[in-house]
This record gives sequence, C-alpha cells and structure tokens, in this order.
Amino acid sequence: MQKELWKGNEAIAEAAIRAGCRAYFGYPITPQNEIPEYMSKRMPESGGVFVQAESELAAINMVYGAAAAGARAMTSSSSPGISLMQEGISYLVGSDLPAVIVNMMRGGPGLGTIQPGQADYYQATRSPGHGDGHMPVLAPSGIQEAVDLMWDAFEMADKYLTPVMVVADGMIGQMMEPIVWNRTEPLPEADKPWAANGRDGEGQTHFVSSLRLQSSENEQFVHTLKEKYEEITKNEVRYEAVGCKNADILIAAFGTTARIASTAIRKLEKEGIRAGLFRPITLWPFPYEALKELALQESVKAVLTVEMSLGQMHEDVRLSVLDKKPTPFYGRTGGMVPEPKDIAEKVREVIKEAGK
Amino acid sequence: MTRELIIAGFGGQGVMAMGKMLIEAGLKENYHVSWVPSYGPEMRGGTANCSVVISDEPIGSPVVTQPNELIVMNNPSLSRFEPLMEEGGLMLINSSHVEQTPKRRDLDIRFVPCMEEANRIGNPKVANMVMLGAYIAATGAVKMDTVKEMLGAVFHGSKEHLEDLNIQALEAGAKYISRN
Repeated sequence: MQKELWKGNEAIAEAAIRAGCRAYFGYPITPQNEIPEYMSKRMPESGGVFVQAESELAAINMVYGAAAAGARAMTSSSSPGISLMQEGISYLVGSDLPAVIVNMMRGGPGLGTIQPGQADYYQATRSPGHGDGHMPVLAPSGIQEAVDLMWDAFEMADKYLTPVMVVADGMIGQMMEPIVWNRTEPLPEADKPWAANGRDGEGQTHFVSSLRLQSSENEQFVHTLKEKYEEITKNEVRYEAVGCKNADILIAAFGTTARIASTAIRKLEKEGIRAGLFRPITLWPFPYEALKELALQESVKAVLTVEMSLGQMHEDVRLSVLDKKPTPFYGRTGGMVPEPKDIAEKVREVIKEAGK
Repeated sequence: MTRELIIAGFGGQGVMAMGKMLIEAGLKENYHVSWVPSYGPEMRGGTANCSVVISDEPIGSPVVTQPNELIVMNNPSLSRFEPLMEEGGLMLINSSHVEQTPKRRDLDIRFVPCMEEANRIGNPKVANMVMLGAYIAATGAVKMDTVKEMLGAVFHGSKEHLEDLNIQALEAGAKYISRN
C-alpha cells in the first residue's frame, strides 16, 4: 500500500470523512485548527455538513442535534474548548447518543498554553461532564494510529450509543509522518429507529431527551448505562505492551509521551537495562488487569508512569499495581514535553533505588 | 542510523518547506521519517523551526531535543540551538545572515552563503534551496535526484521555469559545500 505524508490534524479530519462522518461542528482553537479548516473544504465536497459554530457550547449542541436526528456527527477542540463542551457531552451520555469528540490537548489549566499537554486525563476518563457517566477514550500515539482509531471511534459510538473521545495532543496534531489508509470503506449506516428525523405523518413521534424528572426512572436509566459500561469494559480494553516480558522495569505512558519513552527505552537497552513500555490505547476503559499481570512479574522492580501532567494516569497505574510494586512518577506539565534523556535518567534512579 | 535534524531561521526563510521536502524525499527512499513544526505564536519575521527525523528504524520521539544535525539560517537560531547539539554533530550555517561566531569546538561546522549563491543564480527566494543542496551534499541523507524528481512533479506547466531555478539552487549549494 502507498505511504502518504499527512499532517496529524488533517489526517484525522480526512479519516473521519472516509469513515462516514457527515456532520462536523466546531469552533477554532489552537492546536487543532487544521481539523475545522480541512473539514470546511472537504465536508461539503463529501455531501456532508460543516458549520463553524459561534462557540464550543453551540458546536457540541449542534452535534447533539445532528446525532439525535441520526447523523454521524463529530466535533473537535482543545482543552479549554472541551471544558466548555462538558455540559453537552453529559447530555449526549444522558440521551444515549453516538458522537465523536476529538481533544487535541494543550497545557493548562485555564487558557494555559498552546503547547502539548495530557492533563485532561481526569476530565476525559472520570466523567464526561456531570452525572454518572463514562465514555470510551482512545489515545493514539501517532498519526497512523489516530487515523485507524477514527473508524473505531465511530463504530463504538454507533454500537454502544455513546459519545467517544479521541485524545491526542498538539504534537500529534501538528506533526507530519507517513501513513497508509488501512481502511477506506465508510462504516455501514447504523440502524437508528429512535432517531428524531421526522415521521412523515406516520408512526410514533420520536423524542430524544436526557430529562427524567422521576428519580426512580432516572435511576433505572443510569443502571442501563452501567450495563453498557460493563459491556464496553468487557469488549473494548486496548493497550500495547512492548518488551514487557521479563523486563526490569515497566514504563506506563500514553500518546506522544509513550513515543518519547520508547526512545529512552532504546538508550537504556544499550546500557543493559530492560525497560518495557506499557501503553494504554483506551484510557477508559483502562487496561487494569493487563498492567497488573505484567507488573507482578518477578523481574519487574517498579512501574514508572510518565505523563505530560503532574500525574493523572498515575492514579490508574497505582490502582492496577496496588502497592505490590513501587509506582514512581515522572512528568512535565504546563505545555513542556519530557525529553528521552530525562526519562532514561529517572529510570536509572528508580532501578538504583529498587536495588537497595 | 537516525538523523535528528533541527532546521531553524526566520519565518519566511523556508525552513518548514526544507523540512517537508526532506521527509518527502526520505519517504520516497523508504526511510522512516517525521516532521514536527514549532507552532508557538509564530509570525512572519519571527523565529521558526522544525524537527526532522530520518531513520532506518521506526521513529520513537519525533521531537528533536538533542540534534545531531542542525541547519541555522539566522542569528537567534544559532544562540538557541548550538548548545543543544550532540557532540560531533554537523552544523550548517547560513553565513549570509549569521554574523555571530559559533562557540562549540566539538562540532563539524560548515558555512554556506545562501543569499549570495541565490543572488548569483538570480533569485534570492531560493536561498533555502541552496542550503538544502548543501545539506544533501554534506550528509547524503537523501539522493539529490530524488529531490529533483520531486521538484519536477511540483513545478510544471506555467511554473516549469521554477523547476530549473530550484535545481540550479540545489546544485549551487552542493557545489559550494564540496569546494569549501
């Protein structure tokens, strides 16, 4: 297959269209502006709808409206914009609506910086907005994976009737690397008998809402969500484990940070230190069991988490390892990117500490 | 071998384009390649740089923090990136715009008067292509013919004369580096 050079943001937009997305609503914010820019041209060409909304709030509610009417819809933003969308994402959860949200994370809090960040981990994995909700969160570590995951994101959204978030960072959005189009066929149109798309004078009125004023009825609904989340947890956990078998130490990292860690791992290999890379691809559901099993190997002295934050996935790593091994942390935050030599230095330090 | 290159200069000097051409050529020659632009609040006349990795093995970090090759197109870039360079690395300096003297003694440093060479060909806009030609000749990172073919694909029809101009610039850079 022919390799093509693509910029991350543009590749993600193109992948969404090829996967069958026909409605995009967004509001500009760096470092993901190439997504709406690309969509503004390609979406109309593909027979879809592009709207530059007046705000992130409007954009996510347009996604809600389009999804409720049965369209395959998405939006994209970056950290501060995603915060503004939280209400709408919660409504999507509360209405069982499929949609895809791309978050090209930047350094926060507040307006912060436009440089890469991973500090929206809690926001993405703990609860999409208010209420008892979750959503699948997919974290590519390069453009090829980002492209492939766009199909999976829309597929999961349709299958489980849920918003799905794809989280990357400014690095993946801005960089260029070669990809192949592993999938080219659009996803089949999902059957959406509940869609509020007009009844043509026949049948029942369809009503899509997240308002259930009877608490008992609402509790019942939340329990259906729970069943959905158990199903997703059973079926969709994804991760990559490289060199983890009999490793001296595991490095847990996702997205861009995992790539940077892999360069550190190569450096360490030359010194005779076997560091394995454990890379969650689904941040929710988190691969607790797989990490636990690898961490409990006798050879593994510690599980080092590396993130572009003060340590958020670190909590999930600790929940996996449960104090059975040391779980140190190394991170840069606020838009700073960790360097391979610093990760390697931290690994040496951890190994030395564990040897005492 | 993994080439970790930073190309840095003023916005408008064509540093991003140089990086993109290199990875496109690298891809055509079946290397693993990546390109990351600096994307701060840049503007025309401000500083711009990109990280380029060309490797015969899969690329881990696409961000270059310790370059083994550096192309410096202006003064601020020399101050900023010279200290980061790996020992023994190759630094190509655009001597038309860089008056500062490099401080490191452990690098292979080459000077290319990009603007003078470009003016001699008749168009100052191809100064970056002079540097690209010099880089390719100095490193052999990609083949000159691969880049020439790419230029042929970009410049055709009414733009055909630009193909010639760019090739002349590449060759001028290559010639300069082989003589100096």
